[in-house]
Amino acid sequence: MSATDVTDRVIGEDGSLAEYWVPARDARSEEMVVNMGPQHPATHGVLRVAVKTDGEVVLDCEPMIGNLHRCKEKIAENLQYWQFMPYTDRLDYLAAINNEEVYARAVEKLCGIEIPERIQYIRTIVAELGRVSSHVFSVGVYGLDIGAFTPFLYCYRERERANSLFEKLTGGRMLYHYYRVGGVARDLSDEWIQECLEFLDIVEEKMEEYNALTTWNKVFRERTMGVGVLSREKALAYGITGPALRASGVDWDVRRDEPYGLYDRFEWRVPVADGRHGTIGDCWNRHWIRAQELAESIKIVRQAIDKLPPRDPKLTPSSMYQPYVNPNVPRILRGPKDAEVYVRGENPRGELAFYLVSDAKNAPYRCKIRGPAFSNIAVLPEISRGYLIADLVAIIGSIDIVLGEVDR
Amino acid sequence: MNLSELFGAIPGWGYVPAFVQMMVVGLVPAVLVVLAVVTPVGLLGTYAERRWSAFMQDRLGPNRVGLPIWFDGWQRDYTNKPWYIKLWGLVQPLADGIKLLGKEDFVPPGGDKLLFLAAPLIVFAGALGMFVALPLSYGLTAADLNVGIFYLLAVGAVEVIGVLMAGWASNNKWSLLGSMREVAQVVAYEIPMALTALCPVLLAGSLRMGAIIEHQQTAYDLWGLTIGGEGLAQWGLGWNLFRAFPVNVVAIVIFYTCALANLKRAPFDLPESESELVSGFLTEYSGMRWGLFFLGEYAAMFALSGITATLFLGGWGSGPAYGALMLVPVKEIPLGVATLDWRTVAGVVEFSWKTCALFLLMMNLRWTLPRLRLDQVMSLCFKYFVPFSMACLLLSGLAALAGA
Repeated sequence: MSATDVTDRVIGEDGSLAEYWVPARDARSEEMVVNMGPQHPATHGVLRVAVKTDGEVVLDCEPMIGNLHRCKEKIAENLQYWQFMPYTDRLDYLAAINNEEVYARAVEKLCGIEIPERIQYIRTIVAELGRVSSHVFSVGVYGLDIGAFTPFLYCYRERERANSLFEKLTGGRMLYHYYRVGGVARDLSDEWIQECLEFLDIVEEKMEEYNALTTWNKVFRERTMGVGVLSREKALAYGITGPALRASGVDWDVRRDEPYGLYDRFEWRVPVADGRHGTIGDCWNRHWIRAQELAESIKIVRQAIDKLPPRDPKLTPSSMYQPYVNPNVPRILRGPKDAEVYVRGENPRGELAFYLVSDAKNAPYRCKIRGPAFSNIAVLPEISRGYLIADLVAIIGSIDIVLGEVDR
Repeated sequence: MNLSELFGAIPGWGYVPAFVQMMVVGLVPAVLVVLAVVTPVGLLGTYAERRWSAFMQDRLGPNRVGLPIWFDGWQRDYTNKPWYIKLWGLVQPLADGIKLLGKEDFVPPGGDKLLFLAAPLIVFAGALGMFVALPLSYGLTAADLNVGIFYLLAVGAVEVIGVLMAGWASNNKWSLLGSMREVAQVVAYEIPMALTALCPVLLAGSLRMGAIIEHQQTAYDLWGLTIGGEGLAQWGLGWNLFRAFPVNVVAIVIFYTCALANLKRAPFDLPESESELVSGFLTEYSGMRWGLFFLGEYAAMFALSGITATLFLGGWGSGPAYGALMLVPVKEIPLGVATLDWRTVAGVVEFSWKTCALFLLMMNLRWTLPRLRLDQVMSLCFKYFVPFSMACLLLSGLAALAGA
């Protein structure tokens, strides 16, 4: 689709407009199509949005995806189950560890592999740490979208610490390949746990600072409150998930409502927009939900570290090159004949799901990935019509997409 | 010995036509003052901004580029060698300048070449022009025009034309959007800015910058009630900030915020908002033409900080530093052919600290606040600043009637 044939829908008839922005029909001037992206700094990667504008007012927009398409699903069909693990890192590359978790769980469910309890705890710790690292980045980078540079660098400082923690554990700062089918790459050391706790203390202390610079800042609130309102119905209709869904007032979190791993053992809360500040479903609430989830994830990591069971000598691998997995995992993984699984997990950006179809080979017959960012970006035209270009940037930022996952 | 005598010493000066003599004698000091101030301000401004933002953001900023006093071959880690003076990275702006000069002077295809090439010059000239009437110290004003503040505001607004030219000639929709934002914003903020600038003018009874400074050196009066003498006024009590209290406190806030908006500094950096409009009107610029926009911005920042300091904070003529330095029992410093008045020295110190403080405050605001939206910028101007500045103007008029 070229930039010139952006949908020519009539504006304002479906009532989805913020009427106060759209000029009256007789006051409209020449319409212009602007390309936002793929090299635009505000589109978080290589998203291209064709925007039909009247002056600064966005009359319509159309996200055009696919610039980062890497045939992930096809690759999965041509690799053994375990070989696809590092590829999942590249889906949502800002929360790579959470992608691995969902994929590992999908394969384990397909092949019926049990996970020892200590490994379950380790996975919870690492996945929630991944969420902390991802949300701390999202909170900061949203400040950057609104025009505040400093909170971004503060948050990035903390993300760097998280990256260093992951580097110590997995060897990678961004793309980890830490999960194995039936376990993880290596055990947590006591020293690492100590450093992790220190990191959590730092983030918890600094969160106030981030919130002062972004969430509760007057200018920031003016810019984001009441902008890009996504109603509850529309959010459900579009299959929005994650913080964006909860910001629209839907109390849904896979970790709690369809418990997996150990999430039912910890005390934590699912933050949902309640309309005390701003409008339910606006950009500010999406940002605020993320900031609150950060605190909840920290709670979960703390509890998981507290309850971490002692090391099981049977699990300890014989050499440092062996992964820390359930010893009963077969050397060559084969799925059962004619089986299929659909496993979903709550990622920082929403529900990531893997649909695997097996035909008794060592690679899936079909692998379908349900990326949260892909579903979330689809609602962009609905919620940005009638706002200004500056608001469009705020809306894209608040949906918090990662193009690696949109395009796959 | 004054300038005419200095020039008279040049052999053959008498044969030069009189009007040329007048032009040279008038222009040379102006050009010298302007260049001697603008160049370091532009260079150090970029350095200061980068270092200060780095300090605020937990980074290091440029701290390496210094002076190699010896060349010992190209090698790694040369910045740690004893023959290399780091100088806190102070030479970074020069290195940046060399880099910018070496870049391609790109003109976008389909753009208006003439306008595109001329735009940065106009923007820079506008910023430069402000220094002509900026009173830096006693006897250090290139031209103390009798329409001083009017001239300053008018010349400062020339920049809009350059930015509009840049946006139009770039043949880029983002540039055009950026420059339209700039025009809307700057033209709107000219109104409250000019109205609040008139408050000190009413109190002093003159548009001349020198007169405004002299007025602030006179005894302080609070709506007709004289407090303290000229001695106290010299220490800073005579500032317009305190006169017609509390009108000018509001006026300085409005004036300074409008200055920020006119300078396109955050939180009013909509014309070049990098997360919305790529780089706004700067998108297509590269090399030294981009650098000229940049230098112009820092020069204008300094000039407007100086104007704020002069209008409301006593300029060079009164304040704590000036008061303290005037206690020194020195009248003049002999400097060979000429003598340097002690008031000039004290004035430079006084003017510098106030201007630098306001300059730094601009940076602090930029690196703290998110960006406003266009409609919020406009409503801030027309709903709050314009009525408040009108009230300020009216009340200062009453104060002038009561006091002066």
